Amino acid sequence: MAAAPARPFFLSTIGKKYLMALTGLVWAGFVLSHMAGNMLILVSANLYNAYGHAIVSNKPLLFVAETVLILSIVVHVTMAIMLTLENRQARPQKYAMTPNGAKGSSLASRTMAIQGSLILAFVILHITTFKYGTYYETTVDGVVMRDLHRLVIEVFHQPGYVAWYVLCLLLLGFHLSHGVGSIFQSLGLRGDNVAHKIKKVSLAYGFIVAAGFLSQPIYVFFFNS
Amino acid sequence: MSGGSGKNLNLKLKVWRQKGPKDSGAFVEYDAPKVSEDSSFLEMLDQINDRLVLKNEEPISFDHDCREGICGSCGFMINGNAHGPMKNTTVCQLHMRNFKDGETILMEPWRATAFPVIKDLMVDRSAFDRIISAGGYISVDTGNAADANATPIPKPDADAAFSAATCIGCGACVASCKNASAMLFTSAKVSHLALLPQGKVERHERVDHMVAQMDAEGFGACTSTGTCSASCPKGISLANIAMMNRELLASAVMKREAAAGDGI
Repeated sequence: MAAAPARPFFLSTIGKKYLMALTGLVWAGFVLSHMAGNMLILVSANLYNAYGHAIVSNKPLLFVAETVLILSIVVHVTMAIMLTLENRQARPQKYAMTPNGAKGSSLASRTMAIQGSLILAFVILHITTFKYGTYYETTVDGVVMRDLHRLVIEVFHQPGYVAWYVLCLLLLGFHLSHGVGSIFQSLGLRGDNVAHKIKKVSLAYGFIVAAGFLSQPIYVFFFNS
Repeated sequence: MSGGSGKNLNLKLKVWRQKGPKDSGAFVEYDAPKVSEDSSFLEMLDQINDRLVLKNEEPISFDHDCREGICGSCGFMINGNAHGPMKNTTVCQLHMRNFKDGETILMEPWRATAFPVIKDLMVDRSAFDRIISAGGYISVDTGNAADANATPIPKPDADAAFSAATCIGCGACVASCKNASAMLFTSAKVSHLALLPQGKVERHERVDHMVAQMDAEGFGACTSTGTCSASCPKGISLANIAMMNRELLASAVMKREAAAGDGI
């Protein structure tokens, strides 16, 4: 086999992982801020609606944020599909026994593609349900705005939706618990001196995002009538 | 020489038998009676093979050479783990005392598109040689060896380079990785050389060509699971992969092409 010619950075497996990491970073940052902002649902309906109104009123910011998020998820999913296919081609014949214990891989790392697919389905459904859901109106401090709070309360009283929501957010937490740490590795920012800390940060990140998001439907379903 | 336990084990083996690269292969069961706890895994296989030869059967093929854990020749999966259950250990350095009497031991070859099976537990690892040929060297003019102290190297760099240089190229990293990725092997070579002054000269070309060759061989990508490092008989660190990723990015943004006409 002749020596392979050097290729453009983003066509290499490592370049693809850089794209995975950078786009993953965008979404990891987004879900944390989204979770934190939505915690207002535990505070008051008016505050929650005013927060939503402030975001949609800032058109340039919204345009930039939505564009970056859409581009990021498209690139993230495309790279994920390409890398997963390459990875499967690299070992078509499975082992009779898979590595276990210290020499085995974590469940989160082995199932990133399945988690990602479900999370993508969730994101699409979630946007349909809320962003493009029923438009109620309310007035807060004399300003007419969308009553998103009312829609959220309605949806979070449907047991089927809450169960699906809980499942997907647990998956998101699981996805982040492996993904956030991998961002550092893929970007080349994980040295031996910080590897242990990065693992903890990654686990904590997944836990905090999932716990924060989950507190919202659970609170609404059980305590807000 | 004394010091062994002198105990024997009676084991069952399930071994992958494959006549050649095109044979589909299958597991075959063997009894392994009276295996000394003090013998190495390969010595146990030698005994099995002696019996197979006496019965006019084909012995089990497996790679081995130094049997001291330093050449990188041996290696296969034992009960799903590359080089068996022990950490930082090659198959040849694995002792039968790590197994229980009556246990069934399953052996299969490294499995990867880039490592086709030659026979039984032997695989073709020449993909690694081609990755090295692509840039895993330092081009130096021959001549007298420079004085050791004439080229100062910071101690942390020297230590990291030495750690990376302990890679014996056995292929356990590829075998244990769920993606059959060769990132740990390639990165060990890339960082070993890029950390040293002599290797810095060609660092950009080296990482470009070695990664391109690695990809062309059909190895998978890194999912940062760490199984490679856990299975590595030399405990090569994942930090090498992070360094290789940085090196490739640095090459993409900083590499300069040589000017035409010798730069004049």
